[in-house]
Amino acid sequence: MKIPSNISALLVGITLTLVSLWIGQNHGLLPIAASKEAELVDELFNAMMTISVGLFLLVQGVLIIAVFKFRRRPGDLTDAPPIHGNIPLEILWTAIPTVIVLLISVYSFDVYQKLGGFDPNAIGDSGAVQVAMLPGEELSTPLINPSKTNPTHKHLALGIGASPEAEGKPADLVVNVMGMQYAWLFTYPEIGTTTGELHVPLGKDIQLNIKAQDVLHAFWLPEFRIKQDAIPGQESQLRFRPQRVGEYPVVCAELCGPYHGGMVTKLFVENQQDYDNWLHTQIASHDPGQTVIALGANPPSDTDFLAPFVSELGVTNEILQQLNPHYPA
Amino acid sequence: MTSAHVHATVPATTPNQVPVYRKWLDYFTFNPDHKVIGIQYLVTSFIFYFMGGTMATAMRTELATPSPDFVTPEVYNSLLTLHGTVMIFLWIIPAGAGLANYLIPLMIGAQDMAFPKLNALAFWMIPPAGLMLIASFFLEAPQAGWTSYPPLSLVTGKVGEGIWIMSLLILGTSSILGAINFLITILKMRVPSMGLHDMPLFCWAMLAVAALVLIGTPVLAGALILLAFDLLAGTAFFNPTGGGNPIVYQHMFWFYSHPAVYIMILPLFGAISDILPVHARKPIFGYRAIAYSSLAISFLGLIVWAHHMFTSGTPAWLRMFFMIATMVIAVPTGIKIFGWIATIWGGKIQLNSAMLFAIGFISMFVIGGISGVMVASVPFDLHVHDTYFIVAHLHYVLFGGSVFGLYAAIYHWYPKITGRMLNETVGIFHFILTFIGMNLTFMPMHELGLLGMNRRIALYDPRFTDLNLVCTVGSYILAFSTLPFLLNAVASWFLGTPAGDNPWRALTLEWMTTSPPPIENFEIIPVLTTSPYDYGVSTHNSAGDGSVFSPEPVLSDDSSVTLQPEPDSVVADNTTDRQVESYAVASLIVDRQPENRADEPAVESSVPNGSSSSLQVESEPAGAINFDDR
Ligand code: HEM
Ligand SMILES: [Cu+2]
Ligand SMILES: [Cu+2]
Repeated sequence: MKIPSNISALLVGITLTLVSLWIGQNHGLLPIAASKEAELVDELFNAMMTISVGLFLLVQGVLIIAVFKFRRRPGDLTDAPPIHGNIPLEILWTAIPTVIVLLISVYSFDVYQKLGGFDPNAIGDSGAVQVAMLPGEELSTPLINPSKTNPTHKHLALGIGASPEAEGKPADLVVNVMGMQYAWLFTYPEIGTTTGELHVPLGKDIQLNIKAQDVLHAFWLPEFRIKQDAIPGQESQLRFRPQRVGEYPVVCAELCGPYHGGMVTKLFVENQQDYDNWLHTQIASHDPGQTVIALGANPPSDTDFLAPFVSELGVTNEILQQLNPHYPA
Repeated sequence: MTSAHVHATVPATTPNQVPVYRKWLDYFTFNPDHKVIGIQYLVTSFIFYFMGGTMATAMRTELATPSPDFVTPEVYNSLLTLHGTVMIFLWIIPAGAGLANYLIPLMIGAQDMAFPKLNALAFWMIPPAGLMLIASFFLEAPQAGWTSYPPLSLVTGKVGEGIWIMSLLILGTSSILGAINFLITILKMRVPSMGLHDMPLFCWAMLAVAALVLIGTPVLAGALILLAFDLLAGTAFFNPTGGGNPIVYQHMFWFYSHPAVYIMILPLFGAISDILPVHARKPIFGYRAIAYSSLAISFLGLIVWAHHMFTSGTPAWLRMFFMIATMVIAVPTGIKIFGWIATIWGGKIQLNSAMLFAIGFISMFVIGGISGVMVASVPFDLHVHDTYFIVAHLHYVLFGGSVFGLYAAIYHWYPKITGRMLNETVGIFHFILTFIGMNLTFMPMHELGLLGMNRRIALYDPRFTDLNLVCTVGSYILAFSTLPFLLNAVASWFLGTPAGDNPWRALTLEWMTTSPPPIENFEIIPVLTTSPYDYGVSTHNSAGDGSVFSPEPVLSDDSSVTLQPEPDSVVADNTTDRQVESYAVASLIVDRQPENRADEPAVESSVPNGSSSSLQVESEPAGAINFDDR
């Protein structure tokens, strides 16, 4: 049986599409997604992955076929037929990629919007942001609303703000994050505590106000797919809503010195009960005279990194385990 | 077809006029000959490539295990910084400049570059700058990465940082001087018969590169000078402690350094466009599309720099602007890639080392291009920025792109440069090793980045150990793969089979002189008689003697050229065989099947002279030719 060439081209096209779609959904390359926003990013990635796999297979396939099919036979010194171009074909391969990248742009724009990338609450100078977050104070509203109604007064906003649903509402929990060589310090303004690990309650809207003390750092939560540079002299923010209990790495992603690789800590997402317990231990053990921890120049490993924090906080692994059965040993 | 059908046959040696060739000592002097300078650039940059590669191997050895045991983190960061800087500023960029120096005058039929002494000066700035940079490793090495962001660059490895800045300023100056030369040479020194649209595509690419260098490099210089003041004089342009803004440095740095990636890839885009048609025996598909897409890339390349700063101090709307601009660059890049694929499709491919690397280039660059579109998407880049995903992406572009392209170019033009052929078996072995090593080293890095491994780290989370080990093994293969190449290149220079003037039967002008070319390139000013990619166009013969197509591959004057050739009297006397052939072509025009028009590119038919365009679309199977494959 001889299949006409346009039919076989169609079959190849269909197979290619199916394979791309399948791989796009099942590549398993990403770590778990711990927030709704992270899932949106993953869907975007999957879509791009689908297109990419299709394009990849197409190009590599055509190259391989060409290499096998159009080989010069030994002794053949003639040239191939001189085809200088083909305008319809060239228009096609200009137009299709244009449409594809514009679609990806629109999709990305939409996801960015849903992440809270355009959140008006992110606008305002750092002072305003902080005032807005003081617990129990409604002072924030007048500070923010004018900038909302009068866009010319907007200040540079950096980072990710509230997702569209939470827009205009203050975050449930605000934590101030300070990056320094080579540690992250988390200050909970409500209780005035400073810790070396980040604890947040499940399902709440968390806002991090990120600063740097010495050089550039970048606050990255791989499982939440968000990252923001910590810039000395300029505050930025990240806002996210964790939806899975667990322990996640917090990574510094901007070169900050030789031990940049060791600048990692943990984010604990806990259900409200556990979080409250943890908060209690913090308040109990909080000693205002001794907040900031000087770090040696040679911290050899993560555990040693965290040791000063842990001992300062009086929290041992056992205690953490008692507090929250979800903690891995 | 009425004007003089001339053709430039350049005698290998004219008996009465012995061409002058170079002595080896010339290569160590301040010599204004563009070919000497081209070789100086290529060899020097290759030596630096070795140093950069050694550093990479040391880094990968360190990364074989999670803890910093092979070198200290300080040394790791120094290696990282020097590796990046050396690879970019002392290998890819000068190697591209070396190719351009060697090839541009030959391709356009000029005797030399426009400003030969300036050209030599531009080259001789590189060795001292490079040695300074390497020397900094033994003093107090710079440790802030090749991007050298303040404030970190102001507080670590200060001595090295100062040297790094000085070195880059010198290299930037060299690059500007080179670009001026390329620009003027291409625009002003073409043989009279060569219009812009008769230039080989490599020249188009170098036009685009020269523009980028001239616009971008001064901004980098500005950033570096301000950084030097912050570092040495205690000013606070970028230092937040004194009220400076480190983000401004990032803008200025990337305003140059994004275009720099095109400065690194465009020359190879050009080279590939010239290599593929020769070894596929087929005209380049869509000459104008490929030529203009270089210019489009060059322009768009200037307005996308902040995609390196998505997570930095970039406000939301700017993030969106730079995202879309970056996405759009994929379109002209795609035009090139599809054009190349269509060029080899239906060709008669000679799968030699040059062609393997050229096809490997397309294959690898596509992967880098795809991941490039991915990271252009802001929400996704917020995840992968500054991770190993980026390291994978940039190496697919720089290694799979630029380095593969450079290898293809070296395999292709080595016979011209040295007069000898490289050994094919070793060349193919080199390709296979490089291809495997490259993918083994860099493919797993995509996954590492997605999983959460940040870049520029000497110590990492143990859960990434396995994939890192794969990368390290790959990098050893890669390191080893350069050895056969080196042996081949050195040994063939002395022992290789003599190449003859035109071993690939190519149509561009550089092949119409001896290999290596004599000091002023051409014995007679060549007259352009064919467009550079007219493979298969002129192989028909009605004369019956089977040997119209002379070993010197030339064709009649192309009326699409803006200036008609002014035949050299010597050349004009020799045109009888051309007459025969043009009658043959003329008869083909009459016989042409109407449906052949489908192949006819509009760009070609816009040329007023119809016979010329019909000449271009003639698509009958090639007739008998007798090509003397010397
Ligand atoms: C010989 C094979 C090569 C290997 C094994 C290699 C390996 C590496 C490694 C391990 C890094 C560190 C990544 C990080 O932590 O950010 C790196 C960075 C880099 N490499 Fe390569 N590389 C190779 C070739 C090249 C080539 C040919 C170029 C061409 C320009 C290049 C350009 C760079 C750049 C620009 C960086 C970033 C440096 C920085 O972050 O400051 N590499 N490479
Ligand atoms: Cu860091
Ligand atoms: Cu860029």
